[in-house]
Amino acid sequence: MIATQTPSIDWLAIAPVIALVGAALAVILVRAMIRHAPRVYEASIVVGFVGLTVAALFLARQWSEVRDSGSYLAISDMVAVDGFAVFVGTVVLIATGLVLLLSSKYLARRGIESRPEYVALLLLSAAGMLVMSTANDLIVVFVALETLSIPLYVLSAYDRRRSRSLEAGMKYFVLGAFASAVLLYGIALVYGATGTTSLLGSEGNVGIAQFLSQVTLLEEGTLIAGLMLLLVGLGFKIAAVPFHMWTPDVYEGSPTPVTAFMASATKAAGFAALLRILLTAFVDYRSDWRPAIWGLAVLTLVVGSVAALVQRDIKRMLAYSSISHAGYVLIGLEAGTRQGLEAALFYLLVYAFMTVGSFAVVSVVGRRDDRHLIEDYRALGRDRPALAALLAFFLLAQAGVPPTGGFIAKLGVFAAAADARSYALLLVGVVASVIAAFFYLRVIVVMYASEDVEEATEAPAAARARVDAPTAVVLAVCAAFTLWVGILPTVTLEFARHAHLVN
Amino acid sequence: MKLTDTYFLTFAALLFTIGAVGLLVRRNVLVMFMCVELMLNAVNVTFVAFSKTLNDISGQAIVFFVLVVAAAEVAVGLAIIVAIFRRRRSGVTADDIDLLKG
Repeated sequence: MIATQTPSIDWLAIAPVIALVGAALAVILVRAMIRHAPRVYEASIVVGFVGLTVAALFLARQWSEVRDSGSYLAISDMVAVDGFAVFVGTVVLIATGLVLLLSSKYLARRGIESRPEYVALLLLSAAGMLVMSTANDLIVVFVALETLSIPLYVLSAYDRRRSRSLEAGMKYFVLGAFASAVLLYGIALVYGATGTTSLLGSEGNVGIAQFLSQVTLLEEGTLIAGLMLLLVGLGFKIAAVPFHMWTPDVYEGSPTPVTAFMASATKAAGFAALLRILLTAFVDYRSDWRPAIWGLAVLTLVVGSVAALVQRDIKRMLAYSSISHAGYVLIGLEAGTRQGLEAALFYLLVYAFMTVGSFAVVSVVGRRDDRHLIEDYRALGRDRPALAALLAFFLLAQAGVPPTGGFIAKLGVFAAAADARSYALLLVGVVASVIAAFFYLRVIVVMYASEDVEEATEAPAAARARVDAPTAVVLAVCAAFTLWVGILPTVTLEFARHAHLVN
Repeated sequence: MKLTDTYFLTFAALLFTIGAVGLLVRRNVLVMFMCVELMLNAVNVTFVAFSKTLNDISGQAIVFFVLVVAAAEVAVGLAIIVAIFRRRRSGVTADDIDLLKG
């Protein structure tokens, strides 16, 4: 018998992922065995929450481990256990939990089949995002990207009796597949230039970071081309201009909770990969990627803010707003410093709450044909004052008005940009946020200022808006967190401050 | 003529370009899928070529990951096409998918 040596596996490093995948598989298995149980969808949501809780506990364990004995690489340097991964994992888990709550009554209300597979797909996608946040190898990044994307293609086409949803799924699929092929080509070129796909190596295994700091490449073309293709591939996932074309269509067509998931969790995961790749593996090539990120950030801020001005559909408007928010996170990345990284992470966390809150309101207001025109929000302030006030609050938070979390988040990235002497970018960011204030305020004006419209015109959306208990919880949590971070940001800032990348 | 790895890399780059351009200009959704496959397989050729040059086996191992992912991706993509086709009962080209715009 041949003795095989099995690699040592640090189970804690992948325990959160196992918890989520386990919950997803449990849902699928039980569903396969029990065909016609009542309330099987509700039960699967409970299983989903158990999975999320277990994953969160393992993340907390990792956090204390990292704080006590420092961050480390595990599983043949494939994954990194560090504060950064725990932070992004926390954002992903919170967003997934909120979206699960949001989905619990949404599907039935919209006449969409409430199948447990929905929950399973959501959990599998979240598992992919957790892998993405810990990935220390370009191939792990690729596999994680696909693990998070493929369930999302299905989820955006989930309402398969509605052409718009199918169309969103199709568009997301085609452009997502294109983006991952480009990313993969970038990985291949980087592999060809450096001979490894590890971002950071350990003794006995030279990673890209070590290789680039020790070796001076005679011919940098392959490496730079690979790096740029990586940026393009990840640019699609984070919806940075000019790789944003799919965003408005997909955000508009997908079921609203899925849109909230894409805007919050997927963006965080995409940025996690981008931040880790650029700030660990290519930290010595900062002067090469900083101009590229600079250009991306400027385009994203300008196009996102300006295009949002002319939208008539609120989901499209929020899509462009999410594009412009990616621009602010890119400002933090462009700084390329520790401070910039902290600001970007903090922004992602706060943004997740603000955007899920906004989409939660959108998911209860809306016409039967599932269009979400801004004019449908006319007189919402009169008919549903609480709902209107919440939406106004989330929109003001996204605009960056104090004392909300959005203000502290924007302040953070601007301060990082000033520290890194990127004054031009800082200026673009400030101007973009002034433009952005217009389209957020436009919705608020529509909600409140049209009191004088004749009573005869019924307010179609407002009258039908019913806030179910889980959605109310989501709204309360999002609003409370956004306000809390705005007034007492210290705890969250400390969390981001200790979210170090492994080095 | 001796085949150096430059030939393989150039071939792969051409293949990738054909796939990318095809994906962007062709209207038939099935052809677009094939173009994605073309792009992914071009990357596979690149990986194997580099693996040979670098004398490092991991490049060839990566190809297996790519194959598995490509299969999963196409399965989901075809399912979405079938769902659209059932709903429309007509040919599915990219021009028919035009509800979402703005």
